[in-house]
Amino acid sequence: MQSDIKRLSLILLFAPFALWIALLIILPHMGMVVLSLREKVAPRVYEFGFGNYIDFINEPIYWNTLLRTGSMSILVTFLALLIGFPIAYYIAKIAGKRSRGALFLLCLIPLWVSDLIRAFGWILLLRETGVISSFLTDIGLIDQPIEFLYNDITVVIGLVYTVILFMIVPLVSTLDGMDNAMIEAGYNLGGNGFTVLRRIIVPYAMPGIVSGCIVVFMMTAGSYLTPILLGGKNSSWFTEQIYDQFITRFNWESGAAFGFLLLAFTSIVVWIGLRLTGQTLANTVAKS
Amino acid sequence: MNTATLTDPALEPAFDLECSNIHKRFGSVQAVDDVSFKIPKGSFFSILGPSGCGKTTLMRMIAGFEDPTSGDIQIKGKSVLNTPPNKRNVKMVFQHLALFPMMNVYENIAYGLRCIGTDKAEIDRKVKDVLERIALPDVADREIHQLSGGQKQRIAIARCMVMDPDVLLLDEPLGALDLKLREAMKIELKLLQHQFNTTFIYITHDQSEALVMSDHVAIMNEGRFEQIGRPEDLYHNPQTSFVAGFVGDSNRWSGRVTAVEGGEYRVETEAGLVMTSARAVGQGISTGAAVSIFVRPEFITARKASSAQSGTAENELQGRVDSVLFNGANSRVLVRDPAGELIEADVVVTGGAEDLRAGDAVTLEWSAAQTMCFAA
Repeated sequence: MQSDIKRLSLILLFAPFALWIALLIILPHMGMVVLSLREKVAPRVYEFGFGNYIDFINEPIYWNTLLRTGSMSILVTFLALLIGFPIAYYIAKIAGKRSRGALFLLCLIPLWVSDLIRAFGWILLLRETGVISSFLTDIGLIDQPIEFLYNDITVVIGLVYTVILFMIVPLVSTLDGMDNAMIEAGYNLGGNGFTVLRRIIVPYAMPGIVSGCIVVFMMTAGSYLTPILLGGKNSSWFTEQIYDQFITRFNWESGAAFGFLLLAFTSIVVWIGLRLTGQTLANTVAKS
Repeated sequence: MNTATLTDPALEPAFDLECSNIHKRFGSVQAVDDVSFKIPKGSFFSILGPSGCGKTTLMRMIAGFEDPTSGDIQIKGKSVLNTPPNKRNVKMVFQHLALFPMMNVYENIAYGLRCIGTDKAEIDRKVKDVLERIALPDVADREIHQLSGGQKQRIAIARCMVMDPDVLLLDEPLGALDLKLREAMKIELKLLQHQFNTTFIYITHDQSEALVMSDHVAIMNEGRFEQIGRPEDLYHNPQTSFVAGFVGDSNRWSGRVTAVEGGEYRVETEAGLVMTSARAVGQGISTGAAVSIFVRPEFITARKASSAQSGTAENELQGRVDSVLFNGANSRVLVRDPAGELIEADVVVTGGAEDLRAGDAVTLEWSAAQTMCFAA
């Protein structure tokens, strides 16, 4: 009797999760796979084949875009780590107990505004008639207005800005769990600042670093709004290709294949990253 | 290096650590107030005090994590005030040990050697050697979380000792252990100190740790050293009322001196008990002075009031046993005196018919020499 109730409550608790996984993740992806493996031979006539994937390989612009998206996402991830780590370290280890909460809140504030509005904020600042350009003309540093938008640097800056919070949060929580005495012990035993960072702080924070990097990389590679708005039509982001196939060309088969390729590509990058850092997914996700 | 300095005892500084007039102020708080001491080579020195007395601040200054507001710290005769913590040859065992969880035992011990650029073969040899000395030769490849509490303790000490420090600081490292292990580690620490023959400075609020292990103990209170001495000196000849109350158990009264005759003081407590003291410590104790009176329970004998023996001690009073606190060889009775206060006295509980029981009328007696008075 008791065990029946236990089992029932387990099933009830587990049901929403199972439904979510099955209906929103497994089912659509299976649909995508099936869709991507159909070739259009005539209007409303389809047959099974790898044609959509072969198209991808034969058309350099497609896989170039994917590689470009991947490498720029890695760059964004790296920059987010480089900028986020000192911030997280300051919040977790240097700031006093009371200012810690306030600083963390300050990091969260941009999240209250939607992605779209934040991207338009950047546009206001960076466009030819925008704040920075007119300021520079006003003080006479440049002769004519400059267009800061629609180039790769702007896209990278915008993406780093959008995702950095997701780097800071796991880093703060891992660094917070680190006993200050461990850092002091590192110095006490003769290490200088660099040794302590390299041999003690970074290895300790590794689970947080890796989980932050995974989240940031996945978000960047899958982002759509920021690259389109800040990079313009020429941003060549892979999600844009997928959107194009689905919406503009109405070629769902090809779009599904691209979507699946993006998932496979990012998963491989994450897997390589985990192997290189010697971490496991369970280890990083469970710790942070 | 000049070999003469190694052999000539006159050129070797006699003290491993010397602190003179150390002050440390945090804002308006005086954490350490004019502390001076010298620690001879190879001794076990403890700093004992209640929490918040400034002992951890003092230790952090010796390690270099805090700078004293004024005063000087010398290690082996050289001032280290301008030496950063990673360049001082003072190693520290932290309260929670601070072993590096992402490294195994070997790497934890090798970390310091790698920092100073020791070559690989030498590191191997030294790590192996220090593991032998702490009697854990086979744990080099274990992860930290696989070790027991006592093993972690020893690894934390080995990690410091492999660096061959001038002084080893220990910040209450036994606090996290359970009672049985703590008792065992006390003895082990003392043995390790003998074996390495390095100066140990041990910080604790647990008096039994300090008394059992140390050659010398400094009692610290509110940022000051109250007294420095051998453990038995502190116990038997406390110089201040704080030391008398902090080290060991005592019956304590506040009172006033009513008469002084020769070396003996008549004192009367606030509740009206009258006793004689032959040990007044501090200046200005004369008739009418306010004093604190301490008598240790082991110097009070309690016998049944009905027994025929008569006492020879200067102080004697009648009371009734309130309760018996049985604790094997350390058993005590709580006796309610005529003024209504409780007095603790050590008793031997044999389990026989002559044992004291609650409600028995008893006579307490103690000598004037064991009645200590301090100017209040």
